[in-house]
Amino acid sequence: MRYACLVYIDETKLDTLSDAERVHLRRESIACEDDLRRSGHLVAAESFESVRAATTVRVREGRPITVDGPATQSDEQLSRLLVVEARDLNEALRLAGKLPSVRLGSIEIRPLRSARGNAGVDDG
Amino acid sequence: MAFDPPASNEPTIPAHDTMAASVHDVVDGIYRDESRRVLATLIRLLGDFDRAEEALHDAFEAALRTWPRDGVPNNPRSWLISAGRFRAIDRIRRRSKLDDSRAEAEIIHQMNLETPDGADWADSLDDDSGLVDDRLRLIFTCCHPALSSDARIALTLREVCGLTTEEIAHAFLVRTPTLAQRIVRAKAKIRDAGIPYEVPARAELAERLDTVLHVVYLVFNEGYSASTGDSLTRPDMSDEAIRLGRLLVELLTEPEVEGLLALMLLHEARRPARTTPDGALVLLEDQDRSLWDAEGIAEGSERVERALSSGRFGPFTLQAAIAAVHAEAPSVRDTDWAQIVGLYDLLHRVDPSPVVALNRAVAVAMRDGPAAGLVAVDELLEAGELADYYLAHAARADLCRRLGRDAEATISYRRAVALTNETSQRTFLQTRLAEVSSRATPGVKNNG
Repeated sequence: MRYACLVYIDETKLDTLSDAERVHLRRESIACEDDLRRSGHLVAAESFESVRAATTVRVREGRPITVDGPATQSDEQLSRLLVVEARDLNEALRLAGKLPSVRLGSIEIRPLRSARGNAGVDDG
Repeated sequence: MAFDPPASNEPTIPAHDTMAASVHDVVDGIYRDESRRVLATLIRLLGDFDRAEEALHDAFEAALRTWPRDGVPNNPRSWLISAGRFRAIDRIRRRSKLDDSRAEAEIIHQMNLETPDGADWADSLDDDSGLVDDRLRLIFTCCHPALSSDARIALTLREVCGLTTEEIAHAFLVRTPTLAQRIVRAKAKIRDAGIPYEVPARAELAERLDTVLHVVYLVFNEGYSASTGDSLTRPDMSDEAIRLGRLLVELLTEPEVEGLLALMLLHEARRPARTTPDGALVLLEDQDRSLWDAEGIAEGSERVERALSSGRFGPFTLQAAIAAVHAEAPSVRDTDWAQIVGLYDLLHRVDPSPVVALNRAVAVAMRDGPAAGLVAVDELLEAGELADYYLAHAARADLCRRLGRDAEATISYRRAVALTNETSQRTFLQTRLAEVSSRATPGVKNNG
């Protein structure tokens, strides 16, 4: 079976790590994910940019509603994951706005760290 | 390293005709008139707000240094953009580590700082050629819906209007460091989320323009509700908003933009009559219309006509039309209330909010009498959305009062008072409350 492992961390905790702690954490995470890769378990791994870079889009009564911030709705649950290639946020919003679920729920659009900054967890 | 202006065949005003002191004045004037435009172009060229601001500062510094010697260039804006760009490259080179020349080259390339072919370069510098004005890119970026409303307002006032962080903080009664953080975060969001520096595509223009207009109107209302007592220390946000409106009208031919400007002008023109010097509310029927600014009304009315003639009736245009009917009337009694109700009908179609419906009900009362208005207001209150809106209860109270139904008026005034903290409104409502409650129960002392 395939499983999604969704990592939740308090960003402020990461911000308070010392440089040494941060480097150490990164090395450990890289090592761990490399293991998973080698053993054939890892299908994909991505790091999210800070929640401060999140934008959420909904369509209600035919009108698009775009707001700053994550999709924090207590009455909605994570349902699907798409990774898209887009030139910029405007294009990403346009693409997301076409998904039918945008009318039913919320779609949070968060940039993913580029491949270089992607290794391991939260490089700060 | 001293900056030398690019060698050019550009004609300049001969140096011996220019005295250093007057050059300073010229530079000041150019800063006032052109700095925002230069900044907007530098942001596009450099791809970054902070770099562009630095470059702007550097460019003006260079102007002060070299123009007394070389004369004021014939196209100061182009000169400044050039100077800013050169200095920006300079700074990147100096900041990049010695062993990172590849990264440095990448940055410069990404920023399009390499000198493009002649034609492109001229086009990218100065948009009198009819290409998009960079200020439009700047406005749409600062007002992007992916930014919070607070961020949009702060960023627009800072980058488009050129207000200082202190001035903005002051106007919004926020501590300066808080406002500064807000702006830093906004710029970070633009950078990290990949918000592009562009005017939206046709398909999205209407919705995005709506966001821009609402930012401007929020700024206007911030100034509009500022009490007279504090106006010495708080910069006039209404003026800034009107200035923004004028800029938008200049840059875009969209009726709603004209409509918004008209609305603001018409509100502003009537402001002097709305409160007493102490800040107490003056009802429309008691306002001294001679205090209204006739020029502002004339301009506002003209602009509304123009907006309406497009045949497209957006909410700001319609609100402006309503304001124009009021502004052109000699008195409350001689106001064309039928026309106002008709305009509210149209407005409700494009903006079906309960507040619009409430305002319509008040107009209906003026056209058909308080009994008819009361029916409409009660329908709205029954629907529930306005239950906590003090003006709904104030309207009900007023209509009951006019019908002589003092006991009901008392209840509604009490409700209205309980729902508002705004001083001048409360004072006014409490006065009315005292009036009606003493009539409802004569001989009994009522504290209201």
